[in-house]
Amino acid sequence: MLQLILEQTLNGLQFGLMLFLLAAGLTLVFGIMDCINLAHGSLYMVGAYFVAAATQAADSFWIGLGVGVAGAAVLGLVLELTLFRRLYQRDHLSQVLATFALILIANEAVRAIWGPAALLLNPPEALAGPVEIGGFFYPAYRLLIIAVGMAVALLLYLLVARSRVGMWVRAGAANREITESLGINVRALFTAVFVFGAALCALAGGLLGPLLAVQVGMGESVLILAFVVIIIGGIGSIRGALVGSLIVGTVDTLGRALLPSLLRALLPADAASTLGPALASILIYLLMAAILFFKPQGLFPARA
Amino acid sequence: MALYRAAPWQKPLSLALLLAALALPTALSALDQAFYIGFATRVLIFALAASSLNLVLGFGGMVSLGHAAFLGAGAYVAAICQQAGINEALIAFPLAMSVAGLFALVVGAVSLRTRGVYFIMITLAFAQMAYYLFVSARSWGGDDGLPLNGRMTLGGLPLASDDALFYAALLALVAAMALFGRLVDARFGRVLQAIRENETRMEALGYPVFRFRLVAFVLGGMVAGLAGALLANLTGLASPNLLQWTQSGTLLVMVIIGGVGYLYGGVVGAVILLMLEETLVGFTAHWHIVLGLLLLAVVLFAPRGVAALFGPARSDEHG
Repeated sequence: MLQLILEQTLNGLQFGLMLFLLAAGLTLVFGIMDCINLAHGSLYMVGAYFVAAATQAADSFWIGLGVGVAGAAVLGLVLELTLFRRLYQRDHLSQVLATFALILIANEAVRAIWGPAALLLNPPEALAGPVEIGGFFYPAYRLLIIAVGMAVALLLYLLVARSRVGMWVRAGAANREITESLGINVRALFTAVFVFGAALCALAGGLLGPLLAVQVGMGESVLILAFVVIIIGGIGSIRGALVGSLIVGTVDTLGRALLPSLLRALLPADAASTLGPALASILIYLLMAAILFFKPQGLFPARA
Repeated sequence: MALYRAAPWQKPLSLALLLAALALPTALSALDQAFYIGFATRVLIFALAASSLNLVLGFGGMVSLGHAAFLGAGAYVAAICQQAGINEALIAFPLAMSVAGLFALVVGAVSLRTRGVYFIMITLAFAQMAYYLFVSARSWGGDDGLPLNGRMTLGGLPLASDDALFYAALLALVAAMALFGRLVDARFGRVLQAIRENETRMEALGYPVFRFRLVAFVLGGMVAGLAGALLANLTGLASPNLLQWTQSGTLLVMVIIGGVGYLYGGVVGAVILLMLEETLVGFTAHWHIVLGLLLLAVVLFAPRGVAALFGPARSDEHG
């Protein structure tokens, strides 16, 4: 039992860190440019497809990952310059409509190019097996994901909280006019943030590709989770995104693993088998509703 | 935005369209295109659902991304009623409306404490909860949904023929639009729109802002529930897909295309979107791409919706 909990906690950590890669870009675009980007999940999907296709072409996971992430960054650049730049000043409804349209286009384009079947993406062979940690075996590849996730989280923190560019980003979020009048090119800054967010999406999509199926529609479910994360954490806050990701990742994973057996101990088997999966899937939404009920601005409001 | 005021040509035009709709099944049968009666019914039902969202979104200023939950709840109530042996729409439909309304009351009571983006997301969260509940409810069919055993009867008359269901949907839409039209012009609608414009001022004037919003939200949920019950009768299935967030997104898109805050915005949007779908499917398997590009064009070139393109319908545009 203890081992199960330990293993599931690690799984939750891994899932949470990947959610963070998505939520970080989303919360910056959302918090700084005040833009609802429903197509953020589509960038994740397209990124995963890029990685899978490049991996097949180059026959190396690492080259594939690099090429895929670069490709997604270029796509992000094109989207920002042609579409998103016009959306920042518009109301939320226009943004919802435009990015919903992008989802339709992305899903259909992917289906047209790679077909409706899921793509297979294998982890690098060196990491395919399990490793022993503290008396139990855990997949090496998942450990790698945890390591990469932690490294990116640290890098992001240093970038946003300690670097000059990060200071510009925060300043641009707090007051665009004043930042511009100080001679900082906020437009270029926003473009850079958006491109960076797109690259992080592809990184998450590529890393998760071997664990999940690379298929059409994979972006939608994860998009909703990423939104839950940034709402829990507070829109625009990187720290909030990290805490929110870890909460959502562990609660969701542990809930799915432990709730059914927990309920079976408390309720008649019949009721438990119906209620268990249902409760496990809605746990994070309950959590979010509860957090919003007590803290309507999220745990770490970016703007007081 | 300013106070909604119907354009002078709106009444004659809607009467003419109503007459055309009344003649539609006969005309389609005469042209040997009876297949399209089912499609027309679908359009009417989605026009009803989108109009109910327009009350919440356009007049109440509440951007709900969970409206499909009420649509789905209505569909499931209809299917469950039939499973329990109630095959009379006069009982099942009001029941569907009450359950959807009660659900909306709970969702609204919690969500309306938040503002802006947080409201969008919390309504979405509730819809997702409902979606997963229905997906895992095995006694109601789980993933596969709950099928209906044929259509219900309305006051003893069977809705089995496509014509009958078409007229039932038309009746529901006309009744809802008449109600919304009166409401928007009544004190309730004026206060609701004023709250949308300036919440703080209305609060200061002593209006119970929360209660007005909640009533509008519940009313929107009830009408969506009615649409869901009709939809279950049309398709013969109450499926969890009805509650998916993309469905809520589609309803939102309908309202935005049609024109947010125009009485007929929901109807116009539903007609345009479904007709586009139906036409594009005939041309290419990848019609979603074309639809997406058209939606982008609407955002960039007709930001206030199609209904706004036709003449001034708002007092601010009279000068």
